[in-house]
Amino acid sequence: MTRVSTAARDGGYTFAYLDEQTKRMVRRAILKAVAIPGYQVPFASREMPLPFGWGTGGIQVTASIIGRDDTLKVIDQGADDTVNAVSIRAFFARTAGVPTTTRTQDATIIQTRHRIPETPLRAGQILVYQVPIPEPLRWLEPREAETRRMHALQEYGVMHVRLYEDIARYGHIATSYDYPVRVNGRYLMRPSPIPKFDNPKMDRSPALQLFGAGREKRIYAVPPHTGVRSLDFDDHPFEVQKWDQACALCGSTASFLDEIVTDNQGGRMFVCSDTDHCETRVRAGHVESAAGGRDPGGP
Amino acid sequence: MYVAVKGGERAIEASHRLLEAERRGDPAVPELSTRQVSEQLPRAVDRVMAEGSLYDRELAALAIRQAAGDLVEAIFLLRAYRTTLPRLGNSEPVDTARMLVRRRISATFKDVPGGQILGPTPDYTHRLLDFRLADVSATDPAQRDDTVQRDRLPPREEPMPRVMDLLGREGLVEEETTAADEGQPPADITREPLRFPAGRDARLQVLARGDEGFLLALGYASQRGFSNTHPFAGEIRYGVVAVSIVPEELGFAIDIGEIELTEVQMVNQFAGSDTAPPQFTRGYGLVFGHQERKAMSMALVDRSLRGRELGEAADSPTEDEEFVLYHSDNVEASGFVQHLKLPHYVDFQSELELLRRLRSEFDPPSAQAAE
Amino acid sequence: MPGPGGALDLRPGFGDPVADSQSVFRAVLAAMSEPGTVRTVAVEMDAPAPLHPATAAVCLALMDFETPVWLDAAACTGAVRTWLRFHCGCPLVADPAAARFAVAADPVTLPRLDCFSVGSEAYPDEGATLVLQVGSLDGGMPVTLSGPGIPGEHGFGPEDVTRDFWLQRRAFEDLFPQGLDLVFTSGVGLAALPRSTLGRW
Repeated sequence: MTRVSTAARDGGYTFAYLDEQTKRMVRRAILKAVAIPGYQVPFASREMPLPFGWGTGGIQVTASIIGRDDTLKVIDQGADDTVNAVSIRAFFARTAGVPTTTRTQDATIIQTRHRIPETPLRAGQILVYQVPIPEPLRWLEPREAETRRMHALQEYGVMHVRLYEDIARYGHIATSYDYPVRVNGRYLMRPSPIPKFDNPKMDRSPALQLFGAGREKRIYAVPPHTGVRSLDFDDHPFEVQKWDQACALCGSTASFLDEIVTDNQGGRMFVCSDTDHCETRVRAGHVESAAGGRDPGGP
Repeated sequence: MYVAVKGGERAIEASHRLLEAERRGDPAVPELSTRQVSEQLPRAVDRVMAEGSLYDRELAALAIRQAAGDLVEAIFLLRAYRTTLPRLGNSEPVDTARMLVRRRISATFKDVPGGQILGPTPDYTHRLLDFRLADVSATDPAQRDDTVQRDRLPPREEPMPRVMDLLGREGLVEEETTAADEGQPPADITREPLRFPAGRDARLQVLARGDEGFLLALGYASQRGFSNTHPFAGEIRYGVVAVSIVPEELGFAIDIGEIELTEVQMVNQFAGSDTAPPQFTRGYGLVFGHQERKAMSMALVDRSLRGRELGEAADSPTEDEEFVLYHSDNVEASGFVQHLKLPHYVDFQSELELLRRLRSEFDPPSAQAAE
Repeated sequence: MPGPGGALDLRPGFGDPVADSQSVFRAVLAAMSEPGTVRTVAVEMDAPAPLHPATAAVCLALMDFETPVWLDAAACTGAVRTWLRFHCGCPLVADPAAARFAVAADPVTLPRLDCFSVGSEAYPDEGATLVLQVGSLDGGMPVTLSGPGIPGEHGFGPEDVTRDFWLQRRAFEDLFPQGLDLVFTSGVGLAALPRSTLGRW
C-alpha cells in the first residue's frame, strides 16, 4: 500500500471548491478563532456539495487552509475507510488535487469526525474537527442570545451543576463523549463528539486544532501548547474509559476500542478504532493477543 | 480471523450506479428532458428556485431531474451550485407596484382599482383526477384548439397599484420603513451569519427561502392560537417584475431581466399601545415564481415574528425568532436529520461502556428492601 | 514616470492569486498560532511604497469588500490607496474605530490603541487586526511573551514599538476576550501577537 496517493485535480472547479472571497472570509474567522481560544466565531458558512451535518464545517475549514504542499488525511470514527471519510477525501482529491494519506505522521492536515488519532500529533500539523453542535451550553439553554451572554460573563456554573447531578445519581459523571472542556482557563468549549478518552490529547498539543460547524456557522480553535482541561471536581477527578480487553488485531491495550458483534449469539470482539494506528502496529510485528481478544459474550 | 471492514470506495461507486439506474427508471420509457420539466412542472421549478435561492428555471429543472423528483434534494443541489457563483453586483430593489400581474386578488375589498383578477389558480377547480391527462395524446397541443397558446399570452401591460397603499393613504395601516430608508444596507443572510435579535430584513430573507412545509405548519399554528394575529389577505399578486442594476461606470439603472414573483400582504389587527393608536399592521410574503401557499405562510409567520416589537405577549413558538429562523432552512435541516445515518459507533461505544458500568453498579430498590 | 496615483502607477497583485493567498494566509496562521515566532512570506511581491512585501501580501490575502481598512498617514499614499482599492476592493475609512484592519507603516506615530474597535462582550471577534510595519522584527525593546501557542515563554522585540505602546497593550490584556490582534511585518518576515498573549518586561 502506498503511503501517499495523488490525484489529478478536476479543473472545472476552483482550487478546493470555494471561491477566493469565501476562503478569505473563512480565513479571517479562523485567525480570530486562534486569537480567542475556545470562542465560537460566527462565519457565513456556505452550502457545500455535501449535506449539512456531514462535515461541511470541517470541509470549509480544510478548503480554506489547504495548499498544494499539504498532505491530507481524513478519518471518521478513527478510520480512513469509513464511507464518509472516503467521500470527503475524494472531494479534496478531486477539487484540490492534493496528496492524501492514511498515515497520521505523513499528514499535514487531518480532518476528523469523532476521534483524535492515537499517534501523538506534532508541531506544524493541523487537526480539523467536524462539529455538529458547537455550543457546550446548548442542552442547558437553547437560546443563542442567552448562551452568548453566559460565555461573556463566564456563567458556567450550570454545567458544573449538570455534571454534579450525575455524581449524585450515579456516583460518577455520566458523560462519555463530547465532554465539556475549559480552554486556557477561559472559554467553555465543546470538543465535538469525540469520546472523552481523547480529551487529554487536546491538552497542550503541539498541533493546531481547528473546529468547523457548517450548519451552525461557527469556527473555533485551540492553538498549539494551550491548556485544555476537562471539567471535573476535586473529589471526582476526570477519568477516561478503560477496556478489559486488548485489540484483537494488534494487541494494543492503550487505544480506543470498537466493539464488533461477530455472530448471532452475541459473540463480540474489540479492535482499535484508529485503523492507521492498528495497521502500523501489525506491520511492526505486534500480533493479536493469545486469546484472539475474543470475548465469548456478555454475562 | 476478523478482518477490518474495507472497501468504502467501491461501495460508494456501486451505490452511485444503483442510484442512477433508479433515477432513470425503465430505459424503454423515453427520458424526460430538462425543458419538459421546466415547462410542464413549473410549480416544482418555482419551489426549487425559491428555496434554492437561485432564479434559473433550466438549472432548477435539471436539479429536479437529477434528484429524481425529490424537491428538497433538488433545492440542495441548486444551493451547492450557488456557492460556486461569484457575486457580480447587487440589484436595485424590485418594485412590485410596477409588477405586470397575471393574477391579483384582495380578500379585504369587494373591488379594488385595477379589479380582481383571478388569473391561473387551482382554487376553484374541483380536485377530481383528470383522467384525460393520463392519455398523453389527448393533451398534446397539436390535438387541441389554440386556446392553450392564447392563454399563455403575456400579462397585462399596465402596472397596478397595491391595495395596501390605499389603506396607507388613510393612515390605517402602519408605515413601513426599510433598512434602505434608514441609510443602512439590507442584511444579507448569505454573507453574514444570523445574529439575534435579527432585523426584519434578515428574517424575511430566511423566510423567503425557508421550507414551504415548515412555514405552512407555523402559519397554520398561528391561525389556531399559537400566536394570534387576526390576518386578512390584503392582497395576493403574481406576475412579472423587472430586475435592474446600476453599473458603477454608468451611474443609472438598466434592466437586466425579469422574474416571476408572488407577493402577499396580510393585514393584521393591532390593538395599539401606550405610544401608538390602533392601526392595522402588516405581514409580508415574497417568493420566486407562483407560490401562493408559501407566500401566504411567509406573511403569517413574518407578522407573528413581529410580536415582540409590537409589544404583544409573544410566547408561542411561531413568535420565537430563534426557533423559527434557525429551523426553517430545509438544506440545513435535511442534512442534520439525515446525518444520523453516518457511523456513530465511537460515541455509541462510549455510551455502551457507560451503560454497562451504570447497570453493574445499579442497586435495585427491591434488593435494598430485602436487606 | 507615471504620475502619482495614475493607472500606470498601479503595482501588480499576487502572481498566482489562489496559491499565493493560501501560502500567505498559512504564514499568518502559523504566526498567530505561535505568537512571537517569525514567519516568511514566500511569494513574489512588487509592493507599492512604502509597504514592505510582507505588509502588502497580508493585505492581499485577507482584505476585501467586507473589511473596512484604516491606513496611518505614512501608509496613506495615493499609490497604496489605488492599489488596495483595485486589488482588494476594500473600503478605506478615516475613522479607526470603523476599521476591521488597520495598516500602519509608521507604528511610532500610531494613535492610542483605544481608538480601534475591540469588539463587544458577546462578539469579541469584531476586534480589529492591526498590521504594524516595523524596521525589523528584532532589535527593539525586549518583551517576554506567554500564553496560548507558547510553550513556557518566548522573547520578542520588534523595532519601532514604543514602551508606551507595550504599556497600552498590557492594559488591554484585562479586556480579554475583547482586544486587538497584531501582525508585525518587516521585509518578507512577519510575526503575530494575538490578544490572548501576555507581554512582560
